Amino acid sequence: MNGIIKENPTFVLLLGMCPTLGTTSSALNGMSMGLATMAVLVFSNLIISLIKNFIPDMVRIPCFIVVIASLVTILQMCLQAYAPDVYASLGLFIPLIVVNCIILGRAEAFAAKNGPVSSIFDGLGMGLGFTMALTLLGAMREFLGTGCVFSLRVFPEEYGALAFVLAPGAFIALGYLIAIVNRLRGV
Amino acid sequence: MKKLKSTWYNMVGVLTLIAVLAGAALGYVNEMTKGPIEQIKAQQLADGIKAVLNADQVKVEEPNVIPNSDGKTETVIYRTDKGVAVKAQDANGFGGTLTVLVGFDDKGSIQGYQVLESSETPGLGAKASFWFQKGEKGDIIGKNPAQNKLEVSKDGGEIDAITASTITSRAFLRAVNLAYSVISNNNEDAQSGASPQHHDGKEANNE
Repeated sequence: MNGIIKENPTFVLLLGMCPTLGTTSSALNGMSMGLATMAVLVFSNLIISLIKNFIPDMVRIPCFIVVIASLVTILQMCLQAYAPDVYASLGLFIPLIVVNCIILGRAEAFAAKNGPVSSIFDGLGMGLGFTMALTLLGAMREFLGTGCVFSLRVFPEEYGALAFVLAPGAFIALGYLIAIVNRLRGV
Repeated sequence: MKKLKSTWYNMVGVLTLIAVLAGAALGYVNEMTKGPIEQIKAQQLADGIKAVLNADQVKVEEPNVIPNSDGKTETVIYRTDKGVAVKAQDANGFGGTLTVLVGFDDKGSIQGYQVLESSETPGLGAKASFWFQKGEKGDIIGKNPAQNKLEVSKDGGEIDAITASTITSRAFLRAVNLAYSVISNNNEDAQSGASPQHHDGKEANNE
């Protein structure tokens, strides 16, 4: 359960920056992306920890990638069929979960060396940390940019700083959040 | 259990096996979700057609698909008993292709519209889904592209662009104008009997 704060994949390990910056234009988008990634992470950790002994070392990365890519595609089809609204808002970013280095990173660093149960918990912890980070960043950008959090209005839109909804705001907001988290961790 | 050694046979065998299993799993899920996905798409389209024509029930004829000159986008005409709905795309929105469904009455006035697919920025360009509706700042409902200049005011038109999203607004209005020009061209074709794609009598009942 290190993933939530101490080894938070976004704020501490700085992994998976592409979806972090790309999908956090609102709190809801950030949270859906985090949850989708968590689902893939838990299942990929589980499967890889189960099959790790059958995989020769020299071809482990291609094997992991095939497993991860299949899981992401399955997730994408399920979202499209059963949660079309989520699919519509995340759209393009779902296939990109495949190349999210958090997932391959955990497969390589944890699931390939540990049993299925602890791998599931590692996936949950890292996934929760990622979801929290994305939700926080999304909420901050949405709040500063449009005056809403989860689409609930806090202050009138006219006072929002548009830059925060756009890409530059993502970098600025992420930088401040990392600074705050580092301070809290006492670094 | 001991780990498999990295011999040539082991590597090829394991990788092939994993790929085959993954392929089988994907095929299974694809088969399972194909039905619901198509249903949802058809449902969204049917709801959209009803919404843009302000009708509770419409009878939709066989659609006319007209590819655009760029080869990537297409325009689809849905003729109904309550007017015409057109699905039109513009490839140059702020975040890529913007797909809108626009409803016209017999005279070519806009009855309603819906943004079907877009990748516009949330909080900015994504406002297109309500900005141009009736009573909003960029109201296009009831306007007729033949009489009203449907361009943003910056370009000399009469529509107020979405604040800070001129590119999205331009793409949206281009799609609306395209929808109108396609049906007006298509009408002329149909009258001169030159349209091979026009299906009469084939009605998909859609209630």
